[in-house]
Amino acid sequence: MLVKEIVDILNAKEIYVARDDIYEKNYNKGFSSDLMSDALMLLKDEVEDVLFITGLVNVQSLRTAEVLDLETIIFVRGKAFDESIIDTAKSLHINLFQTTDTMFETCGKLYEKGMRR
Amino acid sequence: MIKVYQVEKENYEDAGKASSDIKRVLKSLGIDRKVLKSIAIACYEAEINIVIHSDGGEITFEIDDEGIIHLSFDDIGPGIDDLQLAQTPGYSTASTKARSLGFGAGMGLYNMKSVASSFHIESSKEGTHIHMTFV
Repeated sequence: MLVKEIVDILNAKEIYVARDDIYEKNYNKGFSSDLMSDALMLLKDEVEDVLFITGLVNVQSLRTAEVLDLETIIFVRGKAFDESIIDTAKSLHINLFQTTDTMFETCGKLYEKGMRR
Repeated sequence: MIKVYQVEKENYEDAGKASSDIKRVLKSLGIDRKVLKSIAIACYEAEINIVIHSDGGEITFEIDDEGIIHLSFDDIGPGIDDLQLAQTPGYSTASTKARSLGFGAGMGLYNMKSVASSFHIESSKEGTHIHMTFV
């Protein structure tokens, strides 16, 4: 599933893109969690690209993504974020999108369209 | 090569910066991607633990003459009461603040052990010392 399709399905808003061609990047796998240690544990052996979905809107979700080589994050529930999030995304080259959908709705919509863990 | 990083107590904003830098250094040296990810995971978990649980500490990163990567984490207390219990998946003493930031799932030490080639931990009221190697 292309990022441009994901954005369309979730009616997501771009917060920051680290590279112009990110909308053409394909993700077959997604992972959602608000617990960073769970993400670190469950994705440690993952070799494919994974879309990271979280309601944790802080710099630590970006640092977790960096540790795991996750290039794109979808923030759910439309939570407010501050400038430090964007500054960190720039320094770590991480693409950020935001949807007002809940985690459950976000995962359900992407699963329905074929995305898997 | 040896690098030392200071880690501040409850500085959640900067938590993970040392791990990012270590990952960058190793990536520039062409370390295998899987090994690099293991090191980054272990380093990040340990760095976060210093921020959440200790009064501050430091990280020492070293590559020895044989190419073995060493990571040492030394904090200044208050230490871990029950080391065995602390290494049980799911066991956590993290604060509400730490949990609200996504930590305190009780997987930190377990994760470190599972990705490192070797893992050693000792703790007293004066502080906790962790040493990990990666080959």
